[in-house]
Amino acid sequence: MPLLSISNLEVEFETAEGVVKAVNGMTFDVFEGETLAIVGESGAGKSQLVLSFMGLLAENGSVSGEAKFRGEDLLQMKPRELNRIRGRHIAMIFQDPMTSLNPFLSIEKQMTEVVRHHQGLSREEARAHAVEMLRAVRIPDPEERIKQYPHEYSGGMRQRVMIAIGLLCAPELLIADEPSTALDVTVQAQITELVGELRKKTKMALVLITHDLAAVAEISDRIIVMYAGEAVETGTVDEIFYSPQHPYTRGLIASVPRLDRISDDELQAIPGNPPNLLELPIGCNFRDRCSEATEQCLERPPVWRATSGRTSRCFQGIEGGEIVNE
Amino acid sequence: MKQAGVFRHAAVRLLGLIPTLLVLITIAFFLIRIAPGGPFDAEKVLPPEIRANLDANYHLDEPLLQQYFRYLGQIVTGDFGPSFQYKDWTVNELIARGFPVSATIGGLAMALAFVLGTLIGTFAALKQNSVIDYSVMGVAMLGISIPNFVVAPLLILGTAVYAGWLPAGGWDWSWQRMVLPVVTLALPVVAYIARLTRGSMIEVLHSNYIRTARAKGLPERQVIRRHAFKPAILPVISYMGPATAALITGSVVIERIYSIPGLGSYFVQGALNRDYTLVLGVVIFYGIVIVVLNFIVDLLYAWLNPRIRYDEAQ
Repeated sequence: MPLLSISNLEVEFETAEGVVKAVNGMTFDVFEGETLAIVGESGAGKSQLVLSFMGLLAENGSVSGEAKFRGEDLLQMKPRELNRIRGRHIAMIFQDPMTSLNPFLSIEKQMTEVVRHHQGLSREEARAHAVEMLRAVRIPDPEERIKQYPHEYSGGMRQRVMIAIGLLCAPELLIADEPSTALDVTVQAQITELVGELRKKTKMALVLITHDLAAVAEISDRIIVMYAGEAVETGTVDEIFYSPQHPYTRGLIASVPRLDRISDDELQAIPGNPPNLLELPIGCNFRDRCSEATEQCLERPPVWRATSGRTSRCFQGIEGGEIVNE
Repeated sequence: MKQAGVFRHAAVRLLGLIPTLLVLITIAFFLIRIAPGGPFDAEKVLPPEIRANLDANYHLDEPLLQQYFRYLGQIVTGDFGPSFQYKDWTVNELIARGFPVSATIGGLAMALAFVLGTLIGTFAALKQNSVIDYSVMGVAMLGISIPNFVVAPLLILGTAVYAGWLPAGGWDWSWQRMVLPVVTLALPVVAYIARLTRGSMIEVLHSNYIRTARAKGLPERQVIRRHAFKPAILPVISYMGPATAALITGSVVIERIYSIPGLGSYFVQGALNRDYTLVLGVVIFYGIVIVVLNFIVDLLYAWLNPRIRYDEAQ
C-alpha cells in the first residue's frame, strides 16, 4: 500500500475574476521511503496541491478528490483528526524561511511546542531533543542558539531550523515546498543536500517541490512534471532525464544551463508564459508554447502509459505504451 | 533585555522630557495670562487698596516676564505654589487629592477596554465577514461615534433612575460608584481596540508563520493564543500609551457628569476662575503623566517584540 495516495485531486479558488482551477485532476502515489519530485514553473499548482491535502489552503480555496494517507482520507478528516497527522506523521517545510518562523517566539519555543504537543514530552526532554535536532541540521552551538529569535539567524540557518522542526517527530513523510528557492545559490545546494542526506538517514518519504529540475536530479527517485494544474509527464529520474517524452519536459531539460557543453548559443528557454488559469486554451494547455504542436493539439491530449509505468499527456504518445484515458 | 540598555534608554527619554515640558509650560503660562479676566475679578469689585495688596502678595504686580521666570524657578523645586481659588490649599495638595481618583477610574477603564476589546476583536477576526463579525463591528462603530456625554445620561437613566441598581453619581471609593463612570469611559476605547485588534489579527492570521504553526498540527486555539495574539496586539499596545493618558486626563466631562472629585473637576474650575497656578500645575502634571505612560508603552513594546531591544551591543 502506498504511504500517500492522491486521486483526482482538484483545487479551485473563488476569485473576483472567476473560479480558478489551480490543480486539475492529479493522481499519484508516494511510497514509503522514496523521494518524489514535483517539478513545474511558478503557478503550475505544485504548492496548492500539497497545501490542499495538508488543510492549509487559503479561505477562498476548495479541494475535491481523495488524499489517502495510510488508507485514511485526509480530505474527509475533522480538524482534530488532521492535527494528529500534521507535524507528527506528515511534516512540511516552506519556501520562504524569512517569514515562515514566528518572529515573536524563540527558536526553542517554536521547536519544543511540537514534541510537547504530539509526544507529551516534558520541557527538559523537549529541549534536549530540539538541541539534538539542531545539531543534526548543523546549527553550530545549538545549546546557545536555541535561545535566540529568528531575526538572529540568517536565511539558510532559518531554513535549517525549519527542517529541524519538520523532523522533530520523525515523520513518515516530509513535504518540502521549494525549500531552497529563497536562499543564496551557494546555500541552496547545501540545503538540498542536507534534506536528501537526512531523508536517507531517517528512511522517511520525501515530496520535493521545485521549479529547478536539475537541482533535484541527484536526490529524487521519481519525478512528476506539472503544467497548468496537470501532470504532463511522470517517470523515474532516468526516464525523465534520458528520454523525456513530453515536449514541455524536453524544453525544461534543454533550458538547464550546462557547463560541459560549451556553445555559442544563448541560454535555452521555453518561449511564452504559462496560460492564464482563468481562460485555459482549447485543447492542449501547452499548445501555444509548443514547437511541435499540430492541428491535432486543438483536442484534449490523451494520457499515454508505458509498461514501466511512466506517463505522458501528449498526442505524440510513448513508444510501446497505450492510451489510458479519453 | 539587557538592564544597562534599558536604563540608558530611560535616562535619554527622561532628559528629552525637559525641553518638551519647557515648551508646554511656556505656552500654558502665557495663554492663561492672555485670557481676559483674572483670579480676583468678581462681581463685587474689590477696593483698589485691597486689590493692590492681593496682587503684590501673589507677585501679579511684577512684569509678566519676571513672573514667568519666578514661576520656572519655583516649579524646579517641585512646588506648584498656592491655589488662588482654594485658599487653604496648595496646588500640590489638590493634585494629590484629585489624581488618585482620576487615575483609578482611567486605569480601570483602560484595563476593561483592553480585555474586552482584544477579545471581541479576535473573535470578530476569526469569524471574518460573517454576520457576527459585521454586527460586532457595527456596534463598535456606534461605540466610537456616540460621544460620552450622550452615553452617560442614558446609562444613568437606565441603571440608576429606572432600575435603581447603581448610584447615579458621587464618590466614596466603593465599586458601585465606580461602575458607571468606568463603563462610560471604557466604551469608545473598547470599540476602538476591538477594531484595531480585528484588523491586525486578520493580517497576522494570513502570515506565513501562522501557516507553519498550523502545519505543525497544533490545535487552532493554541495557534491563536501562542502564535497570533502577541503580534496582533502590538498596534493596540502602541495605541494604549496616549489612550491611557487621555482616559486619565480627559475624564473631565465624565467627572462633571458623575460629580466625581477628580483632577479634571479641579482643572475645569481652575480654568473658569483663572486660577493661574492650579491650571498651570495640572497642565504640567498631565504632561508628565503622558510622557511617562508613553515611555512605559515603549518598554512594553520592546518586551513583546524581540526585534526591538535597547541593547548597546547591537
